[in-house]
Amino acid sequence: MMNIVSGPPDPHAHAVRAEALTVVRGPRTVLRGLDFTVPRGRITGLLGPSGCGKSTLMRAIVGTQAKVGGTLEVLGLPAGHATLRNRIGYVTQAPSVYDDLTIRQNLEYFAAILDPGRAAAERRRDHVSRAIADVDLTAHSDALAGNLSGGQRSRVSLAVALLGTPELLVLDEPTVGLDPVLRRDLWNLFHDIAATRGATLLVSSHVMDEAERCHRLLLMREGKILADDTPEALRSRTGAETVEAAFLHLVDEAVATGRAKETAR
Amino acid sequence: MTTTTAPTAATTPTAPRALSVARTTATAGRVLRQLRHDPRTIALMLLVPCLMLVLLRYVFDGSPRTFDNIGASLLGIFPLITMFLVTSIATLRERTSGTLERLLAMPLGKGDLIAGYALAFGALAIIQSALATGLALWLLGLDVTGSPWLLLLVALLDALLGTALGLFVSAFAASEFQAVQFMPAVIFPQLLLCGLFTPRPDMHPALEAISDVLPMSYAVDAMNEVLRHTDVTTTFVRDVLIVAGCALLVLGLGAATLRRRTA
Repeated sequence: MMNIVSGPPDPHAHAVRAEALTVVRGPRTVLRGLDFTVPRGRITGLLGPSGCGKSTLMRAIVGTQAKVGGTLEVLGLPAGHATLRNRIGYVTQAPSVYDDLTIRQNLEYFAAILDPGRAAAERRRDHVSRAIADVDLTAHSDALAGNLSGGQRSRVSLAVALLGTPELLVLDEPTVGLDPVLRRDLWNLFHDIAATRGATLLVSSHVMDEAERCHRLLLMREGKILADDTPEALRSRTGAETVEAAFLHLVDEAVATGRAKETAR
Repeated sequence: MTTTTAPTAATTPTAPRALSVARTTATAGRVLRQLRHDPRTIALMLLVPCLMLVLLRYVFDGSPRTFDNIGASLLGIFPLITMFLVTSIATLRERTSGTLERLLAMPLGKGDLIAGYALAFGALAIIQSALATGLALWLLGLDVTGSPWLLLLVALLDALLGTALGLFVSAFAASEFQAVQFMPAVIFPQLLLCGLFTPRPDMHPALEAISDVLPMSYAVDAMNEVLRHTDVTTTFVRDVLIVAGCALLVLGLGAATLRRRTA
């Protein structure tokens, strides 16, 4: 039933590798010297309160963020490299689709950009139909995107990122505003994509219960990485029962050491 | 949710070329498809210039010579204004909706996007200009010495110039309100100085000098050349080349405002 293209992911290969990664936006340093890796073929959750720099980090990885300092390698190439553009699927927080096109027309256009030419027409049609089925919108495929509900529109945006066969999917809060059933279905889809298509997923969320569904977690706060571990390891390290409790424990710890440093001065 | 198996044919990654015909036509097709879902805009774009010409014809009911002069100039100005408005709003929407960021994170060349827009709106401009020119010449009795095809050529170049200007200013507009305000800011001065109201040599020398560097002046000059001469004059060729050159220059500037990486 499975049809793995590239075999099991090489545990030594990283999909993303950052060293001393810094991003400046205007007067603010949004990311301060981050070091982390994202393993291939796995789902990595990027968690943290809103405004902590999750979206900026994702934009840096897909190569749309300006003023990126330090080292950032994506699929073995510097982030933003031209050949990476059809190997990465990216979903922004706000759904970025054309409201005055139908779901199918939206996907057909983006598919034509990823895989142009008349010779690829049949492959494109398959990819478009598969992507619409993936996000469970086949019944609505001829509806205008502007007439869809918020959750449906964000799923169209997700479907665009699933076009082709991206090796890395960067999803910025893909489940925000979705009902529990849809959220469960989407997480099942993410696991399916990682398992059967060998893709790496980097999924951001500020809902901590979604953290339990990830293979690995990056916890962020105020532009820094608080923890880079598996959910189980995080829980046992902090002695907490949930990832949420573990996160709060780490935050308190960081605040306490910050205060200790200040008083020592 | 259903998931089918992954396709085995993995496309080999290659660096995108600066201009790809397939991606350009896909973009043009997409822009036209968006418009097709908005028939009211199409109707306004095509019918308003025709209505204005009819209005103008009867405003100058007593002096058909004035209608000839102004009518010919307006045939060049209408496509410029319409395409300016449509393009500035369309590209602004592309910027604010996040689709531009998404496209630029994909293997789409900036040239593909701009050429796609120019192609789509150029096609629409041909229809608009053909309707307006046909109406003016055969129903409203506009008296033109030269060939109607030359009028159409100038109108098309004007449309291209309008598309280019619209694309360029949309980079400086943060909202649709601002984008619409760029119309009076960019178009009106040209309208006043292009020789539509009074011949350019009769203006204050300073204004005449300014009008010498504004592209719309040459668009109107070219229309007047067709109005007065049976054959293609050197002035006409010069005017057409200037308008086309300006359009290409501004398209290039517009391309420079599309950034793959933004703050």
